Amino acid sequence: MNIPADLKYAQSHEWARLADDGLVTIGISDHAQEALGDIVFLELPQVGHKVKAGEECAVVESVKAASDIYAPISGEVAAVNQAAADAPESVNQDAYAAWLFKIKPDNVADLDGLLDAAAYAKIAAES
Amino acid sequence: MPKQTPLYATHVRLGGKLVDFAGWDMPLHYGSQVEEHHQVRRDAGMFDVSHMLSVDLEGAGAHDLLHRLIANNVDKLTVPGRALYSCMLNPAGGVIDDLIVYFFRPDFYRLVVNAGTADKDLAWIAQHAGAVAVKPRRDLAMIAVQGPNARAKTWAALPGAEAASAELKPFHAAWLGDALIARTGYTGEDGFELMIPAERAEATWNALLATGVKPAGLGARDTLRLEAGMALYGQDMDEQTSPLEAGLAWTVDLAAPRDFIGKSVLAGRRPDRQTLGLLLIDKGVLRSHQKVFTALGEGEITSGTFSPTMSRSIALARLPTGVAAGDSVEVEIRDKRLKATVVKPPFVRNGKVLIHDN
Repeated sequence: MNIPADLKYAQSHEWARLADDGLVTIGISDHAQEALGDIVFLELPQVGHKVKAGEECAVVESVKAASDIYAPISGEVAAVNQAAADAPESVNQDAYAAWLFKIKPDNVADLDGLLDAAAYAKIAAES
Repeated sequence: MPKQTPLYATHVRLGGKLVDFAGWDMPLHYGSQVEEHHQVRRDAGMFDVSHMLSVDLEGAGAHDLLHRLIANNVDKLTVPGRALYSCMLNPAGGVIDDLIVYFFRPDFYRLVVNAGTADKDLAWIAQHAGAVAVKPRRDLAMIAVQGPNARAKTWAALPGAEAASAELKPFHAAWLGDALIARTGYTGEDGFELMIPAERAEATWNALLATGVKPAGLGARDTLRLEAGMALYGQDMDEQTSPLEAGLAWTVDLAAPRDFIGKSVLAGRRPDRQTLGLLLIDKGVLRSHQKVFTALGEGEITSGTFSPTMSRSIALARLPTGVAAGDSVEVEIRDKRLKATVVKPPFVRNGKVLIHDN
């Protein structure tokens, strides 16, 4: 299972990465893409949309099912990955390169409440 | 505990992702559902469908039993090995199951029924069978080899298969020793369904694998059948749905004088619902149970998916009678209403896309 050590994770299988510009990039874990199977459609949030931690804010649809994606932290959607929306299979190919959206966090410290790689690895192994 | 087919260990060895399907541990895919789908459309793939049940009907009354029991007319079967698709109805005209019946002799037929309905089917058949022997054949495995190269690869894999089946037309079957080779399937492609003794299932599967037939799971089977416009029991029809509403009027023989269970209800009623296809115009994925808004009222999607062959979303939907191919409708997906066009299935047959935008 590919779980990069430098990322934070949500129990609902999203990953989060804080960049130098203060924005947090969100995607789904390699474990999540594998469980979903062939991904064929992404519904991404509007830029400027305010999200609360734990709130549904995107949908990833594979051939077999639709899955809600939850905001790992609260903030405002600052960017969406249109290239991934145009080629949804890129999420299967590299779930950590094909990010979904970026959040300008209300409070960067909220990231500390997410799981580290070791803790997420346990959850992924059990699900 | 889910039941296991004779090929269970083979699926595990091949890395199949196993899921519970109708009480059976079955492979959903072996890596990529979409690649398996393309493999069947473009070359040859194989499915373990041993969860489905063969039921032999033997005895002098077998023909008369089927006359009464199924909505299609077994009188159409005159050549040994000929197959017929039919619904088996309840007295209210609802579908107990859909099945294939093979004719061998007037006193010997074989039915192939769905896994999830097998127990219910057996009980229903036994209730009407009288002196006809009803023999469930759990000793048989079933492998569907499908795709444009399926027949040639099957012939290369199985000694004697070509001689036995080269002359078979679609919907005909022939014996190869104690195995049955049928030119049938559930994908819209050419190919065979092989019914073989369970103890030879693995050797047969491995021989097919060696000639380049790749394993495909139930996921690809579902997208293939939906592209082919074929109904799935429990989803597109059930005991509350008549075959006339489910797009299966072509399988119901109301013209012949014979009576069959459910006939009087079907004959006396013009259905107010019908089944047609949908092609999603906007981006998204159609799924079962989504609401459809038409000029003549609401309908509902019964099966929806992303079509790997067409790279867009398609569905079968139950729509008000009067809605016609070419009509524009809206489908409610989450909080949005997306545009779709009503079309007449099938969407894809023999590798070719049949439905295009205007």
